[in-house]
Amino acid sequence: MNDLRKEEQRRYQNKVNERMPKSETALQCVKAFCVGGLICVIGQFLNDCAIVHMGLDKDMASTFTCIVLIFIAATLTGLGIYDKIGRFAGAGSVVPITGFANSIVAPAMEHRVEGYVMGIGANLFTIAGPVLVYGISASVICGLITCLIIA
Amino acid sequence: MNRKIGKQSLIFENKPQFLSSAAIVGDVEGKGNLAEHFDLILDDDRWGEDSWEKSERKMFENAVKLAVQKAKLEISDIDCLLGGDLLNQIISANFAARSLEVPFLGLYSACSTMSESLLVGSMLIDGGYANKVACTASSHFSTAERQFRLPLEMGSQSTPTAQRTVTGTGCSILTNKDDENGMNVFITSATIGKVVDMGIADANNMGAAMAPAAMDTIVTHLDDTKTTLDDYDLVVTGDLGFHGSDLLYEICSEHGVPLSEKKHIDCGKIIFKAEQKFGCGASGCGCAATVLNSYLLKQIKAGVYRKILFMATGALLSTVSGMQGDTIPGIAHAVVIERGSRQ
Repeated sequence: MNDLRKEEQRRYQNKVNERMPKSETALQCVKAFCVGGLICVIGQFLNDCAIVHMGLDKDMASTFTCIVLIFIAATLTGLGIYDKIGRFAGAGSVVPITGFANSIVAPAMEHRVEGYVMGIGANLFTIAGPVLVYGISASVICGLITCLIIA
Repeated sequence: MNRKIGKQSLIFENKPQFLSSAAIVGDVEGKGNLAEHFDLILDDDRWGEDSWEKSERKMFENAVKLAVQKAKLEISDIDCLLGGDLLNQIISANFAARSLEVPFLGLYSACSTMSESLLVGSMLIDGGYANKVACTASSHFSTAERQFRLPLEMGSQSTPTAQRTVTGTGCSILTNKDDENGMNVFITSATIGKVVDMGIADANNMGAAMAPAAMDTIVTHLDDTKTTLDDYDLVVTGDLGFHGSDLLYEICSEHGVPLSEKKHIDCGKIIFKAEQKFGCGASGCGCAATVLNSYLLKQIKAGVYRKILFMATGALLSTVSGMQGDTIPGIAHAVVIERGSRQ
């Protein structure tokens, strides 16, 4: 009886997979490439401006670029525009630093009504949190490995 | 006489009658196909409140008030309010019932709540335990999104199988069959659904998760009541969407019930216009609730449909169950809504 049920489930799942509307992966990749690329071009433009016109050194220019991009993304999120860009661009607007800014501002806006501490404070990193945890962990491991190899 | 027939079905002797109905929807639904049928379309889904949750309960409360007003009754005439929504601890229903101050039974069967409330409400009336009941179900796009998915302003994409939760509340007032003010539209029988799980785990493909439950209820209902599809003008499902409906046709025919687009309406398929581009259609308790309490009841009253099987479908998942790797159980309760005379 149990096996029969499993067999029935398996058949149904196959049917679902066969029938379900699929994502247009190729088209989506093109969109992501264009929007992601455009964000990077803007970043590069800011970076060059910072070096040429503001006389910043390379490190300072990178920091400046990050700050400006984060500011723009946060503002666009607040104005309700970034989610529309995201719907169009997919990973193209998620992967750059602007996507990270969006993932922090969005929950902050959403949880404002639950108060500053348990609302914004507790939920600020609900989406960015896992990225930070594993990003930092990975960088620590890489750092240790590099240390060992060099030593 | 025993009013239970077959395995899961009930027949009503003192057939509960629809007295009035009301549907309130959000602005996006107001731009859809059924706009002209809704009683109230909100300009914005916050409705002047400082949170979406408060706006949803305001919608719930006002839908009940509106239905009561259309029935020319007072809130105190309602013997029992039945209903629920999608939020944890059904707060929209509970908090609306707090201000309405009527006896209240909170119900939850996810998006099948409208059929569940009609089913339980009919039992109360047929059993003589109530003269007038208000059956309600509600959902809100923004509250459901933040509870089940991601913050609204997150720039992420939905999958092609995803459906959009309807912002809306529908309320039906049921009375007993002799009420002269009634609509001459009755609930004659019902089938209590079973929880069916065919192992679908994708929370963005609810249509596929719920279709087997809908099939199970249709097949059981026809079997229990010794009827065939020919006895019905229409089978209405709640929110299977485009993909889920296709699956339903296929698995129904495998079980000897040749259901097709000709005799089936899915509320999730008709509420939005195609150019609104919401993937596989609409979902949520409010989907079936608003379509029934506006468009469908009008059609039945006007005689376009004589007898329909109304069956809202629910996906019984929670945010915790999904994360722990559980699959999505589905449920579908059915009520037969018939145009007729009081005799």
